[in-house]
Amino acid sequence: MNSRRLFYLLPVIVFGVLCAFLLRGLSLDPSTVPTALADKQVPVFDLPPLDSQTKGLASSDLVGEVALVNVFASWCLPCRVEHPFLMELADNGAFALHGVNYKDKPEDARAWLDELGDPFLRIGADQDGRAGIDLGVYGVPETFVIDRAGRIRYKHVGPITQSDLEKYLLPLIRKLSR
Amino acid sequence: MIVEIGHIALIMALIVALVQATIPMIGAARGDGRLMAVASTAAGAQWVFIVIAFLSLMNAYVTSDFSVFNVASNSHSAKPMLYKIAGVWGNHEGSLVLWVLILATFGGAIVLFGGNLPPALRARVLSVQALIAVGFLSFSLFTSNPFERVFPAPLDGNGLNPLLQDPGLAFHPPFLYLGYVGFSVAFAFAIAALIEGRVDAAWARWVRPWTLIAWSFLTIGIALGSWWAYYELGWGGWWYWDPVENASFMPWLAGTALLHSAIVCEKRDALKAWTVLLAIVAFSLSLLGTFLVRSGVLTSVHAFATDPARGVFILGFLIFVVGGSLTLFAVRAPLLKAGGLFAPVSREGGIVLNNLLFSAAAATVLLGTLYPLFIDALGAGKVSVGPPYFNTVFIPLMAPLIVLAGIAPMLAWKRADLTGVIARIKIVAAVTVLVLLWSVYRAWGNAVFGAFGIGLSAWLASSVLFDWAVRIRLFRVSALDSLQRAIRIPRAAYGMSLAHFGVALLVAGVTASSAWRTEAIQVMRQGETISVAGFEFLFHGVVRAEGPNYTADRGHFTVTRAGGLVAELWPENRFYPVQQQPTTEAAIHTTWLADLYVVVGDPDGQGGWSTRVYYNPLVPWIWLGAMVMALGGAVSLSDRRHRVGAPNRRRRRLMAGEPAAEVAR
Repeated sequence: MNSRRLFYLLPVIVFGVLCAFLLRGLSLDPSTVPTALADKQVPVFDLPPLDSQTKGLASSDLVGEVALVNVFASWCLPCRVEHPFLMELADNGAFALHGVNYKDKPEDARAWLDELGDPFLRIGADQDGRAGIDLGVYGVPETFVIDRAGRIRYKHVGPITQSDLEKYLLPLIRKLSR
Repeated sequence: MIVEIGHIALIMALIVALVQATIPMIGAARGDGRLMAVASTAAGAQWVFIVIAFLSLMNAYVTSDFSVFNVASNSHSAKPMLYKIAGVWGNHEGSLVLWVLILATFGGAIVLFGGNLPPALRARVLSVQALIAVGFLSFSLFTSNPFERVFPAPLDGNGLNPLLQDPGLAFHPPFLYLGYVGFSVAFAFAIAALIEGRVDAAWARWVRPWTLIAWSFLTIGIALGSWWAYYELGWGGWWYWDPVENASFMPWLAGTALLHSAIVCEKRDALKAWTVLLAIVAFSLSLLGTFLVRSGVLTSVHAFATDPARGVFILGFLIFVVGGSLTLFAVRAPLLKAGGLFAPVSREGGIVLNNLLFSAAAATVLLGTLYPLFIDALGAGKVSVGPPYFNTVFIPLMAPLIVLAGIAPMLAWKRADLTGVIARIKIVAAVTVLVLLWSVYRAWGNAVFGAFGIGLSAWLASSVLFDWAVRIRLFRVSALDSLQRAIRIPRAAYGMSLAHFGVALLVAGVTASSAWRTEAIQVMRQGETISVAGFEFLFHGVVRAEGPNYTADRGHFTVTRAGGLVAELWPENRFYPVQQQPTTEAAIHTTWLADLYVVVGDPDGQGGWSTRVYYNPLVPWIWLGAMVMALGGAVSLSDRRHRVGAPNRRRRRLMAGEPAAEVAR
């Protein structure tokens, strides 16, 4: 085989390499965003309650049972889309659902919860976003799955959909609850 | 019942396509005319079956037959009729039926207009076309059946994504597919040529019009999509380098290269293997686009709902078609007789440089699009590649291309006199320098680099006009004589001039709207005025309005300039209750030199509304330019030399004493 022949082979070789990547890509999910805190202990925080009607949220509250921590804000449109879902997940017995109200005015958040319902057991008010930084929040909504030992096991970015719930969250929660 | 007829028709189409993919190929190999003749009949039958399937699906949409799963998932009874029809291709399954319909239509067109093709070539081309149809029909039937029933039928459907309920987007997919699928013809010709081991001027002459059709449609399709993004997404931008946009742009870049290299192939009997490769690559990139959009390997704002089984199927098909054809290329292309050598400074030399730049551009877009996937697959983390990368690598490739487009059309074939040409284009250079100085002066202190974009545009536009003036000997002979010369210039030459002029418009629009856009984002109360780029925008507040299947907050602005009324603008914030989804409808007033673009956002709860006001200079020229480019394609297509039997007629006219120089153009 001479070099001229090799030149004609080049396209198919390049394509072969490309296909290997595409094949690998099929088994990856590009929409999952990794968290640097994966499988690490939840950073220590102690957030005051949103108002007199709720309990605050501290990292120590997350030990002992499987918990979902949803980071939300009243100014966030996707949160509004996600909210009915969270209402369905409330009081399910399998895990605790907590909220972190992120960079929000307490009165706005209260009006929001009064309008749409309050699915959370505890709501920590993170007005200056300091706990959000510790948790590595990119944007709202985000949802953390935390195991009994208080370690972050998964982070979901964006509103939770039915398929996210069935594909990632529920299987993981079931595994962690065992 | 009609739905089942559609389903059966689609199955029949697959069976016919299987016959068409095999029998004529065998016939061509054996030189058996009867077997080869099967191709035309089968192509016709396949088209009829797919039309039946498509119409029955459309019927299900129009009559809101929610017992069909696809209709129930993507349509709604309260939707306007236009979007019921457009809804057919507003989803994965339905769009595949449109895809195969267009594929079969191109097959039919080859039968109809391919009367002058040698029988064996025609049989092979149709066979390869059918092979592609087999892939897409099985994809549709086995993984994405549009006719699947659902029981019990829901009372109403889920509706079409509100973002897609828009006239611009209703016609975006058909044009895009006409482009994508159109390249399948050039691809089929390339494969047939590789099997035959022969590429000659006649082959190139047959490939060119099909490439032109596909290219023109793709140009329109991309422009429509970008126009839609501009007024519907509400950010005043028109191109986001999103993976799906890139998926349509890559075949366009390769197709543009093919369009040019095929000319060299026809005129100079050179660049044969390269042209064949480009034909394969252009269609392969179309297929790759299909894979990226429908498999979910990349995140994008407008990827279809995805399913790994579909991804595996398309990837398998991609490997078969592209891998197979590139292997065929590796084996057969070295056997193609190389054409004559040529001088670097010549028309063909210019086209080779054009091809290098376009290929490099396509490669950079491909790399940028797939880079996140490469990194992720290597386990090296998650990255996203955005406009900074694309702008950094793309602009340096496009700038020399535009300089080249201003000069290469004036070079002669074989060996050109560069110094002569440069001496001739003094006027073009002078115009360019003047425009450049003027725009540097106007832009001083404010994105001066934009001035160079305007200079490039002026260079290309003035060179196109100058070239035309020289050809008709404007002001050198009498006006009547010039007119006669203007009429005698072949339409293909006008096509090229129009297309290049369109590029100049596009470049000006792109540059000005990127470099000198003014925007103002604020909270406004009723009666407040904001001043942007010399225009006064008076805000009259927001009223609630009802649409056919949405409610809207409709803002009202009065735009004045120096006291005179310019426009009344009514931007909307729509909410579609069926999908629980909001959309933004920007209000746009265009002066053709600029767009005034207004978006109304959310209320601040204290009587004010967030509003965004943009002044986008020259932005309409982007789409105007794209339309002029497509028009250039159409004009070129109407050239008699591209028509059936044209070569014979041309030869006769040549003997009758037509000026040879013009024919050579």
